[in-house]
Amino acid sequence: MNSTNTAATLLAASGLGKRYRRRWALSGCTLEIPAGRVVGLVGPNGAGKTTLLHLAAGLIAPTTGTVEVLGGRPGDGPVQLSRVGFVAQDTPVYPRLSVGAHLRMAGYLNPGWDGAEARRRIEQLAIDLRQRAGRLSGGQRAQLALTLAVAKRPDLLILDEPVASLDPLARREFLRSVAGTVAGRGTNVVLSSHLVADLELVCDYLVVLVASRVRLAGDIAELLASHHERSGQPVRLDDLVVAAMSQTGDVR
Amino acid sequence: MIRFTWLQFRAQAVVVAGALALLAIAAAGLLHRDDGAVRLWLGVLVLVAPGLIGMFWGAPLVAREFEEGTFRLAWTQSVTRTRWMAVKLAVVGLASMAAAGLLSLVVTWWSGPLDRADLNQFATFDQRSIVPVGYAAFAFTLGVLAGALIRRTLPAMFVTLAVFVAVRLTEFSWVRPRLFSPVLLNLALNPGSTGYGQGGSLLPVAFTSPTLEPNPPNLPNTWITSLGVVNFRGQTLTTQVLNSACPDIGKGRGGGGGIGGHTKAPQAVVNTVQDCVAKIGTTYHEAVAYQPASRYWPLQWSELAIFLGATLILAAACLWRIRRS
Repeated sequence: MNSTNTAATLLAASGLGKRYRRRWALSGCTLEIPAGRVVGLVGPNGAGKTTLLHLAAGLIAPTTGTVEVLGGRPGDGPVQLSRVGFVAQDTPVYPRLSVGAHLRMAGYLNPGWDGAEARRRIEQLAIDLRQRAGRLSGGQRAQLALTLAVAKRPDLLILDEPVASLDPLARREFLRSVAGTVAGRGTNVVLSSHLVADLELVCDYLVVLVASRVRLAGDIAELLASHHERSGQPVRLDDLVVAAMSQTGDVR
Repeated sequence: MIRFTWLQFRAQAVVVAGALALLAIAAAGLLHRDDGAVRLWLGVLVLVAPGLIGMFWGAPLVAREFEEGTFRLAWTQSVTRTRWMAVKLAVVGLASMAAAGLLSLVVTWWSGPLDRADLNQFATFDQRSIVPVGYAAFAFTLGVLAGALIRRTLPAMFVTLAVFVAVRLTEFSWVRPRLFSPVLLNLALNPGSTGYGQGGSLLPVAFTSPTLEPNPPNLPNTWITSLGVVNFRGQTLTTQVLNSACPDIGKGRGGGGGIGGHTKAPQAVVNTVQDCVAKIGTTYHEAVAYQPASRYWPLQWSELAIFLGATLILAAACLWRIRRS
């Protein structure tokens, strides 16, 4: 959204790998995502989605290879940190702090913090600012985590399986507020999920990751159109993803 | 970052500040200043406070962030995690030092009259004055490092306690007596105040052999670090030398009723020991090593400096660990 920060690529990874003791959580991952997209990252459990997103947010450092986010090295200094908003899996918050204290905390820690926007979002959700975050429902907690990431006004918003533990209703509401945020701002987004239906609501770009390898990547509309052209019949995104996951090699 | 640290820490800080205020009020008005039992318990409180600070303020500081997953929230704000760690260490570390310092101040002031009457300032060395500040800073930082390495609160708390106790025991039994070279004093063996027996050190009785044991000389407010019977070459009196000089010593029931009881020894046994002491006293003497009363403050400052230096090393290790995780 900042015109000064328009990098051509949103995320570029090359031979990227991360090892925990003896286990490789991600290895040899090469990937390039253009800027200005709402990206859905989909893949089976253990494909390396969370590891890739943690590397992109600068939470962990790569064992091998390189990763660049918006042209900078993830987690490299306060400026790069301020450009990336991150909502972690299970949307962690401080259980003993109130919702209001979370907003104050984010205000202290982020120079671009939009306090009015944050309060507006929380009020819209009818969450009491004095309530302890540990007492919130799963859906409310996810909304608080999203508010903290969005009101930081980042250039890129990363959401790591934010709806995985939510019930269907909360899930739909959460994705709707992500879609609303994106529409209003034109922020870059990367959202991971193992459910294609979640991504269809929000995303315009798709990356299918299986065992650290990109199986399918591209504009969703183009992917569907090109498949239609080749096979002569329309296809659902769901089927396209399943086909990509179960085949070896690149289906594109 | 300072305000955020305070936001998370203030509930605990307020509880401890309240407890300290209550103690100060009690010390000023309610507790009689001639109560030896209260003096003892206040001393114990100062002694254990640093360990508690390490367990309850230090260990959870980082471990809980890992346990509850909130490190992913904290480290994706616009503050580098090095700064996050440094500010947390500084704010809560200074609070730990202030808490221990204020507690020691209150207890030192309250116990003043009894301590002065007791004339044994080294007996309460680590419960008074400024050293508790160093212990608290060290224990806190040790707790933070344990939490950063183990990443689970409860194990980190116990590791903190175990390591802290081990460090303190080593420090007070081995390091402190060696900080300043002691004053040496040679005295003639006094048959009237020298007994025969074993033990008297940290070692259990089974690991020592019986020998002559002189009473410590009357040196008020000093710290006697060693006491022994040596000859002019500086060799310690051995059981073999003693037994060959006085074959009768230790024979018969003498020297009181062992642990606990005090029965008067038969006159014959007393005479045997006194004769032996006189005989040994021609070639051996009592050697005393002690820290004079004036060493109290130099020792306090040195020990504070040692613990604060160790604290800085631990803090650097915390920063290194957090940057790499």
